[in-house]
Order: sequence, then C-alpha cells, then structure tokens
Amino acid sequence: MGKKIDVLKHELVPEHIILSDKDAKEVLKKYNVSIDQLPRIFDTDPVVRAIGAKPGQIIKIIRRSPTAKKSIAYRVVIESAKSILNENLGEE
Amino acid sequence: MITKKIGRIEFTLLSPKEIREMSATKVITADTYDDDGFPINMGLMDTHLGVIEPGLRCKTCGLRAGKDGCPGHFGHIDLAMPVVHVGFVKYIRNCLRATCRECGRILLSDERLEFYKKEIERFEKEGRSIAPLVKDIVKECENVSKCPRCKRENGKIDLDKPTTFRENGKKLTPSEIREWLEKIPDEDLKFLNINPKVARPEWMVLTVLPVPPVTVRPSVTLESGERSEDDLTHKLVDVIRINQRLQENRDAGAPQLIVEDLWELLQYHVTTYLDNQTSGIPPARHRSGRPLKTLAQRLKGKEGRFRSNLSGKRVNFSARTVISPDPNLSINEVGVPIEVARELTVPVRVTPYNIEWLREMIKRGPNPKPPEGVKYIPGVNYIIRDPKTLKQRRIKITEKNAADVAERLEVGMIVERQLMDGDIVLFNRQPSLHRMSMMAHKVRVLPYKTFRLNLSVCPPYNADFDGDEMNLHVVQSEEARAEAEILMKVQEHILSPRFGGPIIGGIHDHISGCFLLTYKDKKFPIQEATHILSAINYRGKLPNIIEENGKKYILGKDIFSVLLPKDLSIEYKAKSCFNCEVCTAPNCPHDAYVIIEKGVLKKGVIDEKGIGAFKGLILDKIIREHGVDYGREFIDKVTKLGITAINICGFTVGIDDEDIPPEARRQIEEGLEKAKKKINSLIKAYNKGELEALPGRSLEETLEMEIMRVTGRARDMAGEIASRYLGLDNSAVIMAKSGARGSMLNLSQMSGCVGQQAVRGERINRGYRGRTLPHFKKGDLGAEAKGFVSSSYKKGLTPTEYFFHSMGGREGLVDTAVRTSRSGYMQRRLINALEDIKIEEDCTVRDPEGNVIQFVYGEDGVDPAKSIAGKPIYIDKIIEKVESS
Ligand SMILES: [Mg+2]
Ligand SMILES: [Zn+2]
Ligand SMILES: [Zn+2]
Ligand SMILES: [Zn+2]
Repeated sequence: MGKKIDVLKHELVPEHIILSDKDAKEVLKKYNVSIDQLPRIFDTDPVVRAIGAKPGQIIKIIRRSPTAKKSIAYRVVIESAKSILNENLGEE
Repeated sequence: MITKKIGRIEFTLLSPKEIREMSATKVITADTYDDDGFPINMGLMDTHLGVIEPGLRCKTCGLRAGKDGCPGHFGHIDLAMPVVHVGFVKYIRNCLRATCRECGRILLSDERLEFYKKEIERFEKEGRSIAPLVKDIVKECENVSKCPRCKRENGKIDLDKPTTFRENGKKLTPSEIREWLEKIPDEDLKFLNINPKVARPEWMVLTVLPVPPVTVRPSVTLESGERSEDDLTHKLVDVIRINQRLQENRDAGAPQLIVEDLWELLQYHVTTYLDNQTSGIPPARHRSGRPLKTLAQRLKGKEGRFRSNLSGKRVNFSARTVISPDPNLSINEVGVPIEVARELTVPVRVTPYNIEWLREMIKRGPNPKPPEGVKYIPGVNYIIRDPKTLKQRRIKITEKNAADVAERLEVGMIVERQLMDGDIVLFNRQPSLHRMSMMAHKVRVLPYKTFRLNLSVCPPYNADFDGDEMNLHVVQSEEARAEAEILMKVQEHILSPRFGGPIIGGIHDHISGCFLLTYKDKKFPIQEATHILSAINYRGKLPNIIEENGKKYILGKDIFSVLLPKDLSIEYKAKSCFNCEVCTAPNCPHDAYVIIEKGVLKKGVIDEKGIGAFKGLILDKIIREHGVDYGREFIDKVTKLGITAINICGFTVGIDDEDIPPEARRQIEEGLEKAKKKINSLIKAYNKGELEALPGRSLEETLEMEIMRVTGRARDMAGEIASRYLGLDNSAVIMAKSGARGSMLNLSQMSGCVGQQAVRGERINRGYRGRTLPHFKKGDLGAEAKGFVSSSYKKGLTPTEYFFHSMGGREGLVDTAVRTSRSGYMQRRLINALEDIKIEEDCTVRDPEGNVIQFVYGEDGVDPAKSIAGKPIYIDKIIEKVESS
C-alpha cells in the first residue's frame, strides 16, 4: 500500500495535543466534569495513534471554525473493543 | 432539578408457575355471557377476572367496577400442547444454534468459553451491551457440528418464519424445542445473554397462556342492545376453541395428522393473539374483514399506547377550529370566537382586591347577556371552593345558583372565569416543525366561528386559509402566563433563529401596496393621503404638501416616512434592482436604490427587501435598534398602510393582462420556429454521426444536453420578448418585481411560452415503445415529441402539450409528497435524539447526565436568533455608526 501517510499533516485534521496531568485536572475543574462525562475517542483512532495518547489521557483539539475562528474541544481516550463495530448494528 | 439515575432495568420472563400463581381462575369455555347476560363461570368474562358493569362485584377482590374499585385480575388457559411465543423466536433460534440437542451445552471448547467469559466480564465492567458478543458466540457455534462434550452430530438450525424451526430440514415440534431448551444448564445461559435467575429459555415456549383482566378488554353494549366484544376477547375465544378441539382429538387418539393440523392452528391463533402483523402469516380478521388489533398492535406505532397515550395526550383548556385572516388585529393577537371563549376558562384566585369584580362576574352566570353596544362579556363556569383538597369542591355555575354562589364567595377560593380580551393563550399549527409553530397571543373575543390571525404571522405557522385549522391552549398558572408572555409572544419571534433575520413581516398585498405607495415620485391628493394616514391612526404633523395646478398633493414616500423612527438611516438595493452593469445608485432609473436618512425615505421604492418577511432589511434594523415592541408596532402599521394604499390605487389581475401585441407574438413564434429548426439540425447531425460528443458524455447525452439548452434558450427568448410589453402598468408585473408573489418566469410562461417539460430532469421519454404518445413516429427526437410546450398558458396548450405538462406537474406533486413523509420521519428521529440536551450556564451543551456535547454552544456561543444573519456582530455597521457620530 505504498507510502505511509502522516495524518497529522492532512489539512482536514485539526491540531491534537495531549494534556499533561496538571492541565487535565484544570480542564476537569473548569468545566466541573468527571472524566467520563467528556466526549470520548478510541485509542485506535489514527490521530490518537499518531500522537501516541494512552487510554485515560485527555486530548485538546483545536479546530478552525468559520464562525468562531478557533474552537477548542477536549476528548478522553478510551480503549476500543474488538466487537465495537458490531455494537451499533446490534440485534434489532 | 433533581435527576434520578436509573441503575438498571431488568426484563424477565413469566414462568408457567408464575402465570398460574397470579391467575384468578382457569378459563376453559369459549363462551362469554349466558342467556341472561351474566358472565359464565370459567369463561372469558368470568367475574373472577374483574368487573366492568357498574353494580357487579368482583369475585376475587370483592370490589365494584370503577376508578378506585377492582383493578382486574389475570386468568390463564392451559394449552393442550406447547406453542412457540413469536416475540422470542430470535432468542430461541440463538439458543438452538448455540447448544447441543443431546447435552444442552454450548458447542464450544472450555478454552473458548473461558475466553468469552472474560470478554463478557470486560464488557459488563465497561457498561456496554453484550449483545454483539452473543452474536459472535452464536456465529462460532454455527460452524461446529460435533458437540465437543457428548460428540453428538448437531444439524443446521433453520427458522421458517414466523415460528417453525428445522434441524437439517426436519421439523422440530414446539414440544421438542421445549425439551431441548430445558437441557441448557444455567451456567451456559449467560453466554446467550439470558439471566438464569429471572428467565429460563424453555419459558419462551408457552404451555400456559395468561388471560388479561376484563378491564383490559371491556365489552361494549351497542345502542341496539347487542354486545360487542374487544378484539382481544375475540382472539382468546379462537385460542380456547382450538385448544379444546386439540385436547379432545389428542385424548381420543385421533390420527397424528389431524392432531398436528390442530396444533399448528393453535400456534397460529396464539401467534396472532400476540402480534397480528407477523410477517409470513395472514392477519386474523374480524367478521367485517378488518384486521384484529391484538397485543402488539395496541402498543406499536403512531396510534399505539406509547406514542398516542404516553408521550402525547389529549389536553383540557384547548380548542381547535378553522382559521381566517383579520388585518385589523395586531400580530400579537388572536381572534377567538365567543362560543370558544365561553368554554375555555382561566382560574383566578379570589383576593380582597378582586372579590367584588369576581362576584359581579359570577352573578352574571355562565352565559351573560352583554350590555347594549358590547358584543361579549365574560362569565364564570366553575368555582373551586376549597383549592387545597380540590375534591368534589368544584361547583358548576348555572343561571339558578349564580346569585347564591356569588354571595358565598370568599377570599382564597378559585374562580374559573371565561376567556376575555387580553388573556394570554398559546396558538399552534401542526406540523410543529420549529419553535415559531407555537406562539403566545393575546385574546380578542370576536363574533363568528373561526380563529383569526394577522396575515403577517402566516409564514412562521406556514398557515393559509384554504381550510387550515389551528389549536389554542389556555395557560392555567401565573408562572406559565409569565413565561408565555416573556418567551413565546409573537413579537419575540419576529427574528428567526433559522437565519438571524425577520420571519414575520409584510406579505403579498402589503408589499404590492408599499410598492405602489412609494414608487418613484408617486403622489396622492391630500384627501387620499390623509385617508391613508388615518388608517394607521397618525396624529402627528402632516408631511410636506406640494401644490400643482392649484391642487394639493403628498408624496407617497413622505407618507411612508411617517412610520420610520427619526434616527433610522439605511441604504440598500431593492428587490426590484435590475442589477445593471453600472449601478447608478442614487439615480437608479428603476428607483431601486433605497436611501433612508434620519427617518426620511429619500430615494428608492419599498418592496420585499424593505418590509417583507424573510428579507425585510428596514424591519430587521428597526427591531435591532428599537426593540421588539417598536418592531411589532411597525409591522402592524406598515401592513395597514400597504393595504390602504393598494385599496386606493386599485389592484386587479385579469386574463387579458397577459395579452401581448401581435407583432410580439409573431416575434416569439419566429424565435420558436428557429429553435425547432436548430433542434432538427442537431438531430440530423446526430443521425449522420457528425455530432461531436462533449467530454465525458455519450453521443446521446450530448444531443439531449444540446437540445435542452436550445429549448431553455427559446423559453428565455420568449419571456424576454413578452416582458418588453409587460410594464409596471401590469399588476402581475408589480407583484413579481416587488417580490409580493410570483416571478417573471411565471409571467413569461403565461404570455410567452411554457417551455420544455421534464421528468427526472430529462425531456419526456417514457410512454409507448420508442415514442411518448401514439401521435408521434417511433424514434422521433424532435421538440414536440419530447415534451416541448411552445404555447403559452394564455394561448392554451395543445392536447399533447397538455399531457406532457401534466406529466411534469405530477412529478412535482409526487416529489413533495415523498419529501414531506421522509423529512417528517427524519425530524422525529432528530428530535428524539436531541430533545433533552440543553445549554448550561457555562455555555457548554450537555445531556441530562452532564455529559459534554459541545464545550461552547455552536462553537461560537452565538444565539442565532440574536445574530445578524448568523454572525455575532455586524462590524461594518458599528464602524459606520462610530464614524458618523
Ligand atoms: Mg392550507
Ligand atoms: Zn377484583
Ligand atoms: Zn452434547
Ligand atoms: Zn439598479
């Protein structure tokens, strides 16, 4: 499959930064949330792999937004599971 | 708000033992009532199962029928042979596929089971559903035929919808299935997502059927004295009958074949009793041919228990009737018929301050006669004597007791007063697609039988008056009234959150009227001018009077300026701007450049872009700078001004307005002839193979595209020629140019040429083999044969043209019908997904558990209703303002 692609360099991929423990705590405090109330991202996500984040770490994502210029979001890395793709297809 | 977190919900199966234990009686006879009309013992209406007739006593609990009486009790039917429960065939299939028929164990080695056990534990720890794991397990088992434990060769399990199972093609009877399921040990059940503590798989094959209480399936006595039974009762009768026959035949040692047939019939009846829309079997029908409504049908779908009785309910204090327009009402008002106002009530707490007023009102009774010159005064329908207990203390006011009750009125009671002018009500039109579909209005009680509303509020409700009906709700508490008035009043919704501009504004004749009033230097004789001004109740100084030939006139632009706030300055291009190559701005020959300086309309005509709903720039600016109160008043007045102006100028459309001179007609015909020739030459070139294909297109596609282009140009040409002869003396042109209604395309179709008809974006090419209609030769690719309509609506269409036009028209109708149903379903799903998400005080968007959906609402934290066309601020305007001050 040819050359490896660095997803971080793709123009549609926003900037992802792993937060230090101290910063992570601050974010949780700022928004008054527990870590499981944050939006999630799988550890198998290409960007997460590329920046080497581990489950339990919080990633800061800086997106360019046409209305807000810059928008900041946080996501917590979680472990993915083998059957996760089937999960949504479920039974019914 | 206190939110409770639901720990878990457990679904369990009823065991045969439980069914028998909760049963009040065994049901054995299919008959319901005896000749005297009394319920038969051990029949379907046995009084052990509860009572529905008043007076009778339940034999189980001893209570009478009614709200606080007997709740009803279950009974049971012992089935002669077991049958499969349709609701669980999927789980039964999983169980059969994953286990061994001989020893009942899961068809996996101990190592694999250990692996899955770990996986299940992990999933449970993470709080995820294990359904996908079960799927994996079953799939793995399907590929194992030899049981790793007892070495039995297990066959392939097939499910013949809806309830027949086969092992290697050999039918399994429900008894065999039940025996098999019984063998599965408890320890193996968790691999199949079954909790052995609450459910055993063999319970999915029924041996005993619960009979719901009679209160669940009441019989109704018709006027003729005939009894009509509930659908469930009908179905249960069928079940019992077949069950009896099956038992008799089996006990008498009837041939296997007959027993099997009856068994299958029992299965059918039990299946349809549970769900009468099971695919693969015909639905059970009533004698009249109507399909029966059985258990699943009571719950499922739009008319089911959930959607129509639990998530949505009928409400009191509401009314529904046809709507009609009333330009004399404010946009904040709604006209309510007297009949409706007499029925709907507002609760008023009696205080020392209002007691006399209320006494007077009660004395009038529920149907007071208004004094001379007044059409309506409110009366009182009920009073609540003791609001704390509420019970039974509701006294209906009648002519007779009115005086008496009024005398005994005390502070602290509640009076349910009839609706009167100024009450706040909610007004709604379905489909309620956005928040403007339900707004608060102030009541105006009026004669006649329709709800009336200002025409400017039609767009947010998407209402018209071709028979539309709307609902009205009277809010019952002080808090609700305050909320409705502050948040829901129509004037609070003039600016729409959809696009950050006004959704309420002038429409149709309001726009034509303002156009006629303000076009160029249109002037009105002073009598007419003062008449127009009187319509808006103008009390200020008369605008500038000009004298001509000894007569006094006032400029239309000056009349309009009366409505503008004194500090309003704005410049914009009007709707009627021709987009000239060089815009001559203030000297625009079409008066399409609007200049307003300090509240005076200096140049330009007022049209859709000034005061129209969706587009009105003046409206937008006034509301932003002067608030919604001023905005409401402006809309009320500008619409009245427009209507008065259009009344004075006169405005009609007739069929001969679309006539054009013969020479124009001839020009158009020549043009069309030329287009047809061009098409013919294209076809000729194609036939000879001389046509050159466009890049990425086949020859046929190229030809079609070229022809479509020619027909399109031909229609434009016709429209262009026609419009040369249609000037602003033509009402339809005024409507199109001002944006009131219709377009120049509509006009050119009326007087020029209707143009190419299309189905699926292509020229019409369906119908007979090789041709669209038998009037044409096979393979004819010419304009007429493929749906080009060269006539105008005024001239009239030829029969073939008419047919093609209908084809095109039908496609449009079908598209809208399909679109509405699909977008309705999409809307429903979106709302179900988003309904309880809200913006918290820290600007984050969260669900009720506090999970963050967005860190800042919409990424920019801007309320779209308060935005300027979606942007938080309009920086140019701010700079302009700072510079000018
Ligand atoms: Mg309608
Ligand atoms: Zn009872
Ligand atoms: Zn076995
Ligand atoms: Zn212009």
